[in-house]
This record gives sequence, C-alpha cells and structure tokens, in this order.
Amino acid sequence: MTENVRPATASAATDAVVEVRGVHYAVGRREIFAGLDLAVRRGRVTAIMGPSGTGKTTLLRLITGQIAPASGEVRVWGERVAHLGRRELFALRRRTGMLFQNGALLTDLDVFENVAFPVREHTNLPEPLIRELVLTKLHAVGLRGAARLMPSELSGGMARRVALARAVVMDPELLIYDEPFVGLDPISMGVIVRLIRQMNRVLGITSIVVSHDVHELAAIADDSYLLSQGRCVASGSPEDLRRSDSEVVRQFLDGVADGPVPFHYPAPDYRDELLGGTGRMRIGGRA
Amino acid sequence: MSVVPARDGPITTILRRIGAVVVFLASILAQCVPALARPRLIVHQIYNAGARSLIIIMLCGLFVGMVLGLQGFDLLQRFGSEDALGVAAALGLLKELGPVVTALLFAGRAGTALTSEIGLMRTTDQLTAMQMMAVDPMQRVVAPRFIGGVFAMPLLAAIFSLVGLFGAQLVGVQMMGVDAGAFWSQMQGAVRLDDVQEGFIKSLVFGTACSLVAVYEGYHTEPTAAGVGLATTRTVVTSSVLTLLLDYILTAAFL
Repeated sequence: MTENVRPATASAATDAVVEVRGVHYAVGRREIFAGLDLAVRRGRVTAIMGPSGTGKTTLLRLITGQIAPASGEVRVWGERVAHLGRRELFALRRRTGMLFQNGALLTDLDVFENVAFPVREHTNLPEPLIRELVLTKLHAVGLRGAARLMPSELSGGMARRVALARAVVMDPELLIYDEPFVGLDPISMGVIVRLIRQMNRVLGITSIVVSHDVHELAAIADDSYLLSQGRCVASGSPEDLRRSDSEVVRQFLDGVADGPVPFHYPAPDYRDELLGGTGRMRIGGRA
Repeated sequence: MSVVPARDGPITTILRRIGAVVVFLASILAQCVPALARPRLIVHQIYNAGARSLIIIMLCGLFVGMVLGLQGFDLLQRFGSEDALGVAAALGLLKELGPVVTALLFAGRAGTALTSEIGLMRTTDQLTAMQMMAVDPMQRVVAPRFIGGVFAMPLLAAIFSLVGLFGAQLVGVQMMGVDAGAFWSQMQGAVRLDDVQEGFIKSLVFGTACSLVAVYEGYHTEPTAAGVGLATTRTVVTSSVLTLLLDYILTAAFL
C-alpha cells in the first residue's frame, strides 16, 4: 500500500541534498526496504517517521554510507554514497553531522574535549581558537558550565545536547538526528526540539530527523515521510499528514494498536498453540 | 549446483578466522605510521598497558623468583652445585619465565582491559560516531593501543626478570646461605647477550600476539553486554594458548 499525500519526492529533486531512489535492502531473509524513494530538500527539516522496526535507522546508515543498498541508489549532494572510496566518503562525512540516539560521547574525554574532538582531528587551529569555538557551541546548547564534566556525570538530556554541540562544531551542511527525543523528560525534549529548529534556521543547515514522536516532529518538520513495510507510504508537510485519511497514516498518527501495521508478530493460531502446548504438558506429566 | 550455502566446517571456520585476523593486522600496520606521528596517544597507551600493570608484574616476578630460588637451591644442592643458582635463575627468568609469565599476566590485565574498552566503545556507538566524524577508529583507537601493547611487553618482561632475580637472590643468598659472590659472578660469566636477546624477541612476539588478539576481539565485539563478556574471555584464552604455542616454536627456533 503506497499513498503519497503530496508527491514531494519528484518535485524536490532539483534542490535535493539527499535522494533515495528504488532502494532495496535486506538483513538475512528479512526485507527492510522494497523500493524506497524519498528526497531531502536543502535548508529544510525533514522528518522520517514510522513504527519501530521499519528501518528508519537503517535508512540513516544507508545515507551515511555505513551500509550499501542491495539495489537502487542513495545520493548525497549528487554523489552515489555506496560507490565512494574511503577518502571521498570521509570528505562527505566532514560536511555532515550526526546526533546518535544515545549521544555516543567518547567516555574517556570530558565534555569540552568531546566537542573539541572533531576540531582537533581535522584542523590545526591554535588552542585559544579551539577553546572559543567549543565554548560558543556549548553556550548555544546551554552547557558551557558543564565543560569539565565527564559523560558519566551527565543526564540523558545533557548528553544529547553535548552530542548536538559536537555534531555542529565543524559547521556541517547536513545534520542527521537519530531518535533525538527517546528517553527525554518533557523539559529536555522541549530544549532539543527548540535547538533543532534553531540550528536549522540560524545556521541554514539541512536536517533529517528520524523519530516516531509525532507531536514533536510536527512542531519542527517542513517535510515528513512515513515509512512502513519497506516503503514510503506517505509524504508531505506534517499538516498534510494530519489531514490524510490513509489507514496506515491514521493508525500511526492516532496511535491505534492494530491496523495495517499488525499488533501481533506473525504467529500460529493462538487457540491451537495453547491447546497444543497443554496437551504436550499433560503427556509429559504422565510420562 | 546447490544454491543453499554449505555450513562451514571447523577447519574452514578456523582458517576464515585466521584470515580475518591477518587482514585486521595488515590494516593496523597500515595505520601505524600515522598513529606513530601522534606520540602522545602512544605514550598514553604505554602508560595504560604498561605502567598500570607494573604492580602485578613486580609482585608476581618477586614470587616466581623466590620459588625459583627455593626449587633451584633444592635441586642444585643434590649435585653439590648450589653456587650455580644465580645462573639457573637468570637463564630461567630471562629466556623463559620472564617473557611467558609476563605475557600471561598481560593478557589477563591489560589485554582484557583493551578488549572491554574497545568493545564498550563498539557497544555504545563511539566507534561509529568517530567514523561519522570522518575519523578512522583503526588509526585513532586501535593502532595506538596495539603499538602501546607491543612496546610495553618487553619493558614489563625486563622488569619481571629483574624483580625475579632479586627474589631468587633473596631466597638463595639471604635465606639459604648461597655465597653472594658466587651467585652474582657465575651469573655474570654464564649469561650471554644472546640469552637476553632471546627473551627480548620472545616478549616482543608475545606482545604483538597478545595486543593483536585484544584489539581484534574488542573491535569485533558483538554490541551487547554478553558480547563484551565473551570477547574478554576469548582474549584471555586465545592470548594464553597463543603465548604458550609461540613460546614452544620460538624456543625450538633458538636452540
């Protein structure tokens, strides 16, 4: 079932930073994507939504060249990511920032050194300039005062903000957020939502936000894609999606347990399995 | 022709694993030159693998030397040649016990620390985060730790042998009454530079093997809590067996 609320993919191709065309990808026998198409437009916040297990994080791994599709192509700034050599891939990643679900801070470095890490690795800037740069980014996320704390001393929300400061310290053109709202309290979530929007507006960054937090995404996304069963089943602005009467969109947005996306994982008949199981237990008991 | 891939037998699995380790070693060696250009990282890892293992190495060296003193004295006394205790202890420690016991202790202390550290970095996405920042973890994380381990092992083995000799002297000379002059002069006369060289080469080879196993297991850890535990166990077992196997091969080669 495929329904595009608004056919954003084709019209966006000209100013697309990321283009995913006809991508197939499988893990073992399980098909994750079966002909996925989508485009991420320059300077916009694009939300990738979908139920758990639909391959949202896998899509990010395809976009960042960590894995290659079985067929189809993923282009970032016009380059076919799967065909890039190590040097070209690293050059592309230097233009990209990524915020991981758990922050992925380097645990043996303090907050300051975590943010300074990409700067030290890729530049020969003098120490005073690095200090200024890092403190500016930490100030932007409200954690300048936590510069000398270790990652183990941070709360989940603080770690996510430090990771965000690290992701933008090299002034990337594309910023990718993998489940940025997971496990955050309402205050931290509000801070992250505001920061994502601010980063996009102030720095002119193209942003991809992968999440299943519908309400938070609606507040910040310009474009949205809804993934289900290996395909993009709906796309458009959050408002377009809200107005959609597609079953799968309604089930996802309204949080209905059962529908096109089944509540139960495929299993044998419940009654047969229960009775069969009891029968075996009895036989076992008599034996 | 069958389209279903056949399951690997044990020999194929072992060969595949050895191949993977060799490829991994080649990629570490390719990153060693850029890693050596950043001596602070290497020094930090020598400190982690070496200095932090010093207490256990010195303690075990002392006890091994003391046991060697006791056993050696008991054996040599039967032939009336207890004055040769210094030679026996020195050769035993420099050529055999120093490198081997140090490698076994290194596998248990520094090797497991390396594996669990890199394994946890894998589990918590730190290695992926580095790759996403266009930083090669092989160059930034693996190569410095490998080099640090290779450098630390001969130093630790030398300290082990030195403290072991002190232990043997303590028991042989101070407790059992072996003549101090005979103990040291016989040792000086009989121990050749070749013997020291043999111990040095052995400790260098063991250092390479143990460090390689530790970083390989850490880097290829299954990203779960159980995965880190299993990788750490495999590091100790593989490093220990490999040390003893290589010891036999090297001893045979030096004879």
